[in-house]
Amino acid sequence: MNLDIRTEELDGETVLFVGGEIDAYTASQLRESLLPLTEKEGAVIVVDLTDVNYIDSTGLGIFIGALKSANSNGSSLRLTGLNDRVKRLFSITGLDEVMDIEEEEEAQ
Amino acid sequence: MADAYRLMQEQYVKILETYLQEKNETGLYQAQQFSKKVLENQISPEEVVSLHIEALEQFYPNLPQGARDSFDFLIEIMMGYGMAYREHQILRDKQKELESEINVAANMQQTFLPDEIPEMDELDIGVISVPASKMSGDYYHFIKDDNDSLGVAIADIIGKGVPAALCMSMIKYGMDSLPEQRLQPGALLENLNRVVEQNVASNMFITMMYGSYDPRVHHFYYSGAGHEPGLFYNYAEDRFEDLYAKGLVLGLDRDTKFREYHKKVEAGDFIVLLSDGVTECRTDEGFIEREELTRMIREYSHLSAQEIVNNVFYQLERLQGFRLRDDFSLIILRRKV
Repeated sequence: MNLDIRTEELDGETVLFVGGEIDAYTASQLRESLLPLTEKEGAVIVVDLTDVNYIDSTGLGIFIGALKSANSNGSSLRLTGLNDRVKRLFSITGLDEVMDIEEEEEAQ
Repeated sequence: MADAYRLMQEQYVKILETYLQEKNETGLYQAQQFSKKVLENQISPEEVVSLHIEALEQFYPNLPQGARDSFDFLIEIMMGYGMAYREHQILRDKQKELESEINVAANMQQTFLPDEIPEMDELDIGVISVPASKMSGDYYHFIKDDNDSLGVAIADIIGKGVPAALCMSMIKYGMDSLPEQRLQPGALLENLNRVVEQNVASNMFITMMYGSYDPRVHHFYYSGAGHEPGLFYNYAEDRFEDLYAKGLVLGLDRDTKFREYHKKVEAGDFIVLLSDGVTECRTDEGFIEREELTRMIREYSHLSAQEIVNNVFYQLERLQGFRLRDDFSLIILRRKV
């Protein structure tokens, strides 16, 4: 299975729209799209997960790698559009406290 | 090799001749048997065509030149198949080699896990841990310290298979080399986190829950590093609650602190620790809910802790059509009545 990934430049931010299931099979596809973006100093990256219904631990690892890369390269990373299941995963793993996760995106 | 070819040739002539004379099922059956032998003797497709043309020449000495030439043409075409077949052979050998290496590694990995469950007067303990493939990314461990407290660890290494297993060995040695801090779950995780943080790739991490059961006062002290919440069963009220210890996963931030929680355990109460392979169990209708899991545990709660975990595993395995998607670990510690 593949992920649908598309990037858009919006108000100086790079928005990565992701759709599908981020698991051991698709994670590398996300890494190839996401990691290079975080390597640009000052870049603001938003990952829109509205169309992602499932993330497994390998998928979570990609976000951790991207966060570390953003921190060391002076860019920023924000996640948005998390469904309850995905949000729970970020919360249980404590990542919600070290990552910028936008609340209530769906209500807008 | 040349001998094998000669032998096959004699045999081919014989069975083809019989078939051409009798044209029956027996002849076709012999052809099937022959094709197995050809494969066994690693005779390539183009050689089979050669066998055929040589046999034909014996039967029909006046074979038209065109028919003969057409077989040379066919041989040329079969060369590609022959090469693909040889490649397939090489790959198969390589795969066998890899498989035997993985078997050795899987056996080695088994030695990382405790080979027996500790016996305690105060606790009834049940454990099941089943990898989705040969090697597991789930780790568990029991330690009995000098005060007779029982330390229990459950960890889930990101991913599955060989990379997870390699990472697990680090956890195992990390745990073994820790100083005598075993009664303090928070400090244990902080130490382990420093080991992991220094040694893993940027997108690797480990989730873990570590708890210590003090049988003198029947308290369970625990800390968590981003691990799937466990369950606590309150016997008097016949009620389950989440056993959750908030904390960041291991391997991300060197200076992470882990809060310590505790729970008073009464007779008949039990603690359930699990890996996400249990809760991420996926059936045709979607993921199973935690309620489904608690319902199953309750259904078997009159049995011993080991029988409960065995039965829950069996039920969940059946729900998934006997194919685990993720490593599965379930531990129950029940205070004896």
